[in-house]
Amino acid sequence: MTRKQRRGTLIGVCLAVLMMAVGLVLFALRDSIVFFHTPSDIAEKPVAPGQRFRLGGLVAAGSVKRGEGAKVDFVVTDTLKEIPVTYEGMLPDLFREGQGVVAEGKLTPDGRFVADTVLAKHDETYMPPEVAKALEAKGVKLGKGAYHPAGPVSQ
Amino acid sequence: MIVELGHFALVLALLVAVFQMVVPAWGAYVRDRELMATAEPAALCQLGLLLVAFLSLINAHVTSDFSVANVVANSHSTKPLIYRIAGVWGNHEGSMVLWVLILALFGGAVAAFGRNLPPSLKANVLAVQASIAVAFCLFILLTSNPFLRVDPPPADGNGLNPILQDPALAFHPPFLYTGYVGFSIAYSFAIAALIEGRLDPAWARWVRPWTLLAWMCLTIGIAMGSWWAYYELGWGGWWFWDPVENASFMPWLAGTALLHSSLVMEKRDALKVWTILLAIVTFSLSLMGTFLVRSGVLTSVHAFAVDPRRGVFILAIMTMFTGGGLALYAWRARDLRQGGLFAPISREGALVLNNILLTTACATVLIGTLYPLLLEALTGAKISVGPPYFNMTFGPLMVPLLLALPFGPLLAWKRGDLLGAAQRLMLAGLLAVVVLAMALAGLRRGPILAPFGLALGVFVMVGAVSDLAYRARLGSVPLEEAWRRLKGQPRSAFGSALAHFGAGLLVVGVVATSAYREELILVMQPGEETKIAGYTLAFRGVAPATGPNYRETVGLFDVSRGGEAVTRLEPSKRIYDVPPQPTTEAGIHAAWRGDLYVVLGDAQTGGGFAVRIFFNPLVRCIWIGALLMFFAGAISLSDRRLRVGAPGRARRLLNAAPAE
Repeated sequence: MTRKQRRGTLIGVCLAVLMMAVGLVLFALRDSIVFFHTPSDIAEKPVAPGQRFRLGGLVAAGSVKRGEGAKVDFVVTDTLKEIPVTYEGMLPDLFREGQGVVAEGKLTPDGRFVADTVLAKHDETYMPPEVAKALEAKGVKLGKGAYHPAGPVSQ
Repeated sequence: MIVELGHFALVLALLVAVFQMVVPAWGAYVRDRELMATAEPAALCQLGLLLVAFLSLINAHVTSDFSVANVVANSHSTKPLIYRIAGVWGNHEGSMVLWVLILALFGGAVAAFGRNLPPSLKANVLAVQASIAVAFCLFILLTSNPFLRVDPPPADGNGLNPILQDPALAFHPPFLYTGYVGFSIAYSFAIAALIEGRLDPAWARWVRPWTLLAWMCLTIGIAMGSWWAYYELGWGGWWFWDPVENASFMPWLAGTALLHSSLVMEKRDALKVWTILLAIVTFSLSLMGTFLVRSGVLTSVHAFAVDPRRGVFILAIMTMFTGGGLALYAWRARDLRQGGLFAPISREGALVLNNILLTTACATVLIGTLYPLLLEALTGAKISVGPPYFNMTFGPLMVPLLLALPFGPLLAWKRGDLLGAAQRLMLAGLLAVVVLAMALAGLRRGPILAPFGLALGVFVMVGAVSDLAYRARLGSVPLEEAWRRLKGQPRSAFGSALAHFGAGLLVVGVVATSAYREELILVMQPGEETKIAGYTLAFRGVAPATGPNYRETVGLFDVSRGGEAVTRLEPSKRIYDVPPQPTTEAGIHAAWRGDLYVVLGDAQTGGGFAVRIFFNPLVRCIWIGALLMFFAGAISLSDRRLRVGAPGRARRLLNAAPAE
């Protein structure tokens, strides 16, 4: 094999792997990304039933109802609009009324959000930044503590 | 007083680092031996000062000095001693002090053990190392100072997030940081080589042990984090493709590639320019990991810092070292001589393929991790890229890598014999086919590709053993002779075989757990029974209990199999005293065939409890695989010490050259 052929083989293999990777990435990015919306977003720009997305907001006070088995109903609100959510499974430790929550799932044709995942937070004073930001963008006033995991720290 | 001493030591360390960054590099430039030699005491002095700073911070935490803001925010007087110590790096400020301390440890190790390095190379390496220390010391002092006092001091602290109060997590950050920061040595050596414009095979011999050490620690650090997430979070999974996990996984992928390419450089004096680039990229990814985790752009347990100044500061550091390194590379790489030639089918060729696939896989993970951040910055749309993306991109790229892996060590340098290698892998292939057939016939559920994944893992495992068997000429010489030959192999041969075996085992564990996991979510009344994976679980009710700093509700589950009692599992829901936060403790029965994993949920109306039960088949293989890789690294590392003579020869050669 000449030097040229060797280099050609190397470049060929590199290109093949890269093209495979680019193809996979484009394919995967088209099919497997999940958007994040608040209830107001849904009211402004409805999402088709059956399309997966993440719903973020606060768990409305007094809305959590336990159904049969491990089924739970609650309402996610951004204080302007709300969406009823059904979830079957274990709720994260820090799931509480009035606290921030992110649920992943699909809307049914009658406007109910069926979640298959409810995301856990790691800290009780902590609100997921996307929820906090989305709520602030909607003009909801949040206390300083909602953003910051630890209270009176750092200077 | 001790706290002020620590603060003062940190400031002094910064000053020493500034000296160490400037003077030795200048000395190397003007070829002044005395100026170059200052790097060594400076590095050791910097290490000593940072050690004082770190120990004084530990002291403040251990003695619960609540006049220190950092202790107030992260500790509590009732916290057990080990978590008071671990709490030092369980928060942003303290973890950054640990970061620079480890950086200084590596710098000090180069100063102390690098006696056979050419003086100018050593001076430049330590200067680059010091420049990183300067950046991070400034970062700590300006934006995240752990030594600040509060006045008046409160009576008690806020406590440490209870899910972090865990033995695996106490040691996870030090290992992870040793991994991240260890790659700084490879980076410093790369930059020093670019500054000097000279690169010999001895360079790789100096860099390899450090890279290996960093890689080992990163491997075990990631494995510990994964293990912790598995048993502590109560989700039953061990890897979530969370951006924070990816942040540590990307340097691991690049570091694995670096480990293999530096092998080619050391043995064959080829791939030099590429290895330099990889060293820069690996450390840049480590810095990016620090940035992603510490800047608060990601939501997770790791995002301590949400202060935007910190994010901007780390971003600036990252840009400087990544951008500066790459710019220097673009400018100087041309001056480095390209190395030897080799045929595509050869050990070098196999290692190049390994590098192409690993770096490409790393790039796909990078895209998946950064895409949501970029999209949000550009369009404001909030998206998340979850496991489906990574499974679809990363998975397929691993298939050719694992298929080719067993061939690599069996090919000769320069020109390999693919047919010969294939013949030596007959047994591995045969066993893989047997496993495939058994899995296809026996396991009727799960994805169709899963049996192929299991077979691939077995192929890699048996392939690693075949490599050793071939080296010992097992089968073609008498047994005693083969044993003698095996004993005569260098330790690095055992190291690489064991690491590859561990990788195969890990693949088997990953595929089995992901594809054949069983899961039940149900409400159980006390006295009820349920069945999963051959086990029968009888729920006996719940009982209250108290721990040192928490109260809990414990669920009692008697587990039996085929009528015989196996164990009693006691998953619980805990409420910690300070901060008053609930956590879930899973009940796990670990066995070779798989883990039975029970999580106790909320009490339901009517006296029942929500219960989630998993059976995770062969999940143990994942951690044992990672552990084997760690030990494999240690075995290879112990081999290096036997070769002290080799770099010595290179030094005499370099000294003979007109250096001054």
